[in-house]
Amino acid sequence: MATTTESKSREEAPARVIQFSRIDAGAFPFLLIFPAVLVILLVIAFPLLYSLYVSFTPYELLRPNSLNFTWGRALRNYQKLLNDAIFWRSLGNTVIFLAVSVNLSYLISLALSQLMARVTMGQSLLRTLLMAPMMFAPILVGMQFRWFFNANVGLVNNVLLALGLIQEQGQIAWLVDVPLGMITIIIASIWMNIPVLTIILLAGTLSLPRETFEAAEVDGASGWQKFRFITFPLLAPFSYIALTIMSLDIARAFDIVRIMTDGGPARRTEMLWTYITRLAIEDTKFGLGSAMSWITVLLSVLFTLYFFRQLVKARIVQ
Amino acid sequence: MITRSVGPNRRRNEIIWNVVAWAVLLILALPAFWIIMTAFRPNIEINTFPPVWIPRQLTLEAYANMFGLNPDVQQRVAVEAYLRNSLLASCLSTVIAVSLGTLAGYAFARFRFRFHTSLFLGIMLSRAVPGVALSLPLFLLFNRAGLVNNVLGLAFVYIAVNIPFTAWLMDGFFRQIPKELTESAYIDGCGYWSAFWRIELPLSLPGLATAAIFAFLAAWNEFQIVSVLARNNAAKTFPPGLFAFTEQFTVDWRGMAAMSVIMMVPAVIFVILVQRNLVSGLTFGAVKG
Repeated sequence: MATTTESKSREEAPARVIQFSRIDAGAFPFLLIFPAVLVILLVIAFPLLYSLYVSFTPYELLRPNSLNFTWGRALRNYQKLLNDAIFWRSLGNTVIFLAVSVNLSYLISLALSQLMARVTMGQSLLRTLLMAPMMFAPILVGMQFRWFFNANVGLVNNVLLALGLIQEQGQIAWLVDVPLGMITIIIASIWMNIPVLTIILLAGTLSLPRETFEAAEVDGASGWQKFRFITFPLLAPFSYIALTIMSLDIARAFDIVRIMTDGGPARRTEMLWTYITRLAIEDTKFGLGSAMSWITVLLSVLFTLYFFRQLVKARIVQ
Repeated sequence: MITRSVGPNRRRNEIIWNVVAWAVLLILALPAFWIIMTAFRPNIEINTFPPVWIPRQLTLEAYANMFGLNPDVQQRVAVEAYLRNSLLASCLSTVIAVSLGTLAGYAFARFRFRFHTSLFLGIMLSRAVPGVALSLPLFLLFNRAGLVNNVLGLAFVYIAVNIPFTAWLMDGFFRQIPKELTESAYIDGCGYWSAFWRIELPLSLPGLATAAIFAFLAAWNEFQIVSVLARNNAAKTFPPGLFAFTEQFTVDWRGMAAMSVIMMVPAVIFVILVQRNLVSGLTFGAVKG
C-alpha cells in the first residue's frame, strides 16, 4: 500500500505530500484510527491472546480448576493434536476443500464474467440474477443444499428420477457416500462464492482498454489468444482483489458444513472448524479446542496475507 | 472481450453468447426461486411423489403456522424473538462499526503517517480470524462478564468484526474524491476535521450506504459466534434459529423455506438499492494504489 502511494505521489505532486505530513505532525490520523483499533484490540486481539493462553492449559469447562498453566504441560494439547488421526483427517479435508473450492470458484467466475461481458440483451436483469446467491446467508445456502441433495425428497434426485437417469430404489445418497459428501459441500460453497467474484471480474473486464483488443485483432489474434495474452494478465489486480475478499470470508464455509453434514457421517467431511466445535463446545475441552483454533487462525491469516501481497505486487506492475 | 469477427458469423455468435449466458444464470438463480416458491406452497405439493414441479396453488399457511395463527400447531419457533434480536444486533453494530470504520478509512485514504501499511494490514487481518476460533475465548470472557445470552454483548462483537471491511471500502471511496477539493478547503482555512466533516463525508454518502449494507448483512447472517454466545432465545438471531429448526422438529422443509424468505428480505432490498455502488466500491482498490 504505502509503496504504491509513495511512488505515485512522488511522481505527481511532491509539494502536496509535504503539506500533508508537515502540518499536524501526523497526530490527527492516529486520532481517527484510534477508536477502531481500540475495539479490535478489545474484541479480537485480546480474546485471541487469551485463547493462546488457554491452549497451553488442559482447560475443560466442567473442571474449572483445570485452567492452570504449567511449563511442563504447556505443549500437551498441541502434542495431542499431532498424534490425533482425526485432526489430520480434518486438516486434510479442509485443505482439499479450500483448494478445490477456491480454484473452481475462481475459474467458473472467470468464465462467467467473460460470458457476461458479451451479453447484449438484458445486461442489467442478468446482473440481478447473478446476485441471487448473495441474498442467502451461508447457513441458508447450507440448508438449501442439504434439502436439494436429500436422498428421498431432494430436488436433485427427483430431477434425475424424472429424467430416468436413476431408479427409485437406486437413489443417490449425496450427503453420505464418500466423495459425494465433499462434492456437495464444494458445490454449495462455489454457488455462494460466484456472485462477488464474478461481479469484480466483470467490472474489471469491462474497464479494459478497447484499443488493445483492436490492435490484437489487426494482428490476427484468435479469441483465445486475446483472452490468454491480454484479458487475463490485465485482470490480475481484479483477480487478487476478488480472491483477497473471498479469503477473508473463507471460514464462512463452516456454516455450510455444519448444517449439511456436520462433519459426518463417521467424520467423512470433518473439517478443522467442525472439529473445534465438537471438541470445545460439545466435549467442553476448551484447552484442546483453543489449540486447534490457533491453527485455523494461522491458516486463515497466511491465506489472506498471500493474496494481499499478490494484490499489492499486481498493482505495482500496472 | 467483445467478439468482432466480420461477416454473417458475427450475428450468429452474438445470439449464441446471449443464449448461453441466460441459460447459465437462470440455472444459477434457480435454487433461489425454488426456496421462495416452496414457502408459499401447500405441504401436500412439496412432499408428494412424483414431485409437482409447477405450483397449482399458493398459500400463506407456513406463515400462519410460524406466527401462531394456526390453532392446530402447538409447538412453534420463536420467530418474534429471532427477529427482535437480529434487528437489534445488526442495526446497533452497523451504526457504530460504520462510524468507526469510516474514520479509520478516511485516515488511511488521506494521510501519510508511520505504520500506515502495518496498521492497515493488521486491521484487515483481524477480519480473517475465523468466527469459530474467536467464539471460544469470547465465550469464556463473556461468561465471566455476564454477557452470554446478551444481545448487546453480541452487537459489541459485531462492531469489531465489521470495522475492517468498512475501513477497506471507505478507504477506496474516499480516494475517489479528488484531493484538490480538500486542498482548497485547507487554503480557505478549514481544519482537518471540518474538511472531513463538511466536505468529504457528504461526498462519500453513497459509499457509506454501501459499507452500511455490507456491515448489516454480515451481522444479520453471522452464525458461528452467535451460536456459541447465545444459548437461549434472549439473544438468538435468525441463523441459529434456523439451525435449531433442523434439530427441533421432524424436518419441516416448508417452515424452513418460509423463515429463509423472511431472512432474505433485507438482502433483497439492499442488493437492489446498491447494485451500482457495490461494483465501484469493491473494485476501486484494483486500479489505483
